[in-house]
Amino acid sequence: MTRNHVSTTVNGDQVEFLCETQQTLLEALRDELQLTGTKEGCGTGDCGACSVMVDGRLVCSCLMLAVEAEGKAIETIEGMAKGEKLHPLQKKFIEHAALQCGICTPGILIAARSLLTRNPDPTESEVRFWLAGNLCRCTGYHKIIDAVLDAAREMRGA
Amino acid sequence: MALLAGGTDLLIQLRSGRADPELVVDIKAIAEMRAIAIDAGGYCVGAGVTCMELIEHEAFARSWPGIVDGAKYIGSIQVKGRATLGGNLCNASPAADGVPSLIAAGALACIAGPQGRREVPVAEFATGPGKTLLAPGELLVSFLLPKREPHSGDAYLRFTPRTEMDIAVVGAAVNLTLDGKGVCSQARVSLGAVAARALLVPEAAAALIGSKVDAAALARLSAAASAACRPIDDKRGTKEFRIKVAGVMAERAALIALERAGRHN
Repeated sequence: MTRNHVSTTVNGDQVEFLCETQQTLLEALRDELQLTGTKEGCGTGDCGACSVMVDGRLVCSCLMLAVEAEGKAIETIEGMAKGEKLHPLQKKFIEHAALQCGICTPGILIAARSLLTRNPDPTESEVRFWLAGNLCRCTGYHKIIDAVLDAAREMRGA
Repeated sequence: MALLAGGTDLLIQLRSGRADPELVVDIKAIAEMRAIAIDAGGYCVGAGVTCMELIEHEAFARSWPGIVDGAKYIGSIQVKGRATLGGNLCNASPAADGVPSLIAAGALACIAGPQGRREVPVAEFATGPGKTLLAPGELLVSFLLPKREPHSGDAYLRFTPRTEMDIAVVGAAVNLTLDGKGVCSQARVSLGAVAARALLVPEAAAALIGSKVDAAALARLSAAASAACRPIDDKRGTKEFRIKVAGVMAERAALIALERAGRHN
């Protein structure tokens, strides 16, 4: 079968890749572009480990075909730190020990950043509802929520 | 052939092998299917509009907060960023959260196909679990909503064991209009997850019409809603539980719709 040629932007860089029609964006990111920071958890849109931004929208990359990325702007965890400088959310996740195995962390960071972009001062309840689609089987969530709220405070300069 | 809108159902079917189409057609570049427009005084919502786009449309949410309630219940933020009400209807799950409010709103499904266009009530669109009245070659283009009367409100509630990321055990939507004296002049009630498809329940609506949506009317509404249920037993709930809870959900949804109608001039 002919492979599809896709031209897209990932973390601000113009990239091109070839993919099968039924390949998901998650598979293309990991297997074609070697951007393995985005994780596969369930593969059915329930766990959020594969969360990425597509044209400014938080989505599960396992629920999107790679060919749909044509002409879109994709943002993944690899674009979150600027060189050696961690994003405030990344710093706070380390400070609060908001991760154990780390599989859910890239997706949670991407989801949390999308919340703070829309709402710089969320309540605890708003953080919990926004992250309802990101499952963590290690931490019990409290440290994750604390880290997001603390990062929000720091980013507001409060 | 399979049509791809948000893909939140289709990609799971492709992955599991339940769907194995030779061709997948992405409909998201069709402008009409992505637009939220005013048409003859009412809204025309493209079948490919995502739940998040609908939730964020402030004017739409003021007119049809109950439809937005349904859109909010569909999956996570990630899933809502892709999932569409059109896909929710075409997937034809009896528990679809987006559908009861559309039925209660009196929405028409606008269908395009080789024979031209036709409009059917959303209540008739699903014919059973996973089945719709779409003929081969037809696609759902948009939803047409009637012009909103003053003092109207709608609401959708569902019962789930947890608040997010769950499938409705029972869903209830109520849409009502009050006259100048606060008497309910029009009402439509729809129930989800209590039959092979979401139901329009005229008997439940009749319990509200002519009343001030007082305790007696709500009790009649609740009884009529429970009486209309034809549920199955499954791991999410028993028949008896669904029948009882449908009445409770309908009553609570009516109270929210009433409060919204009072605010809506």
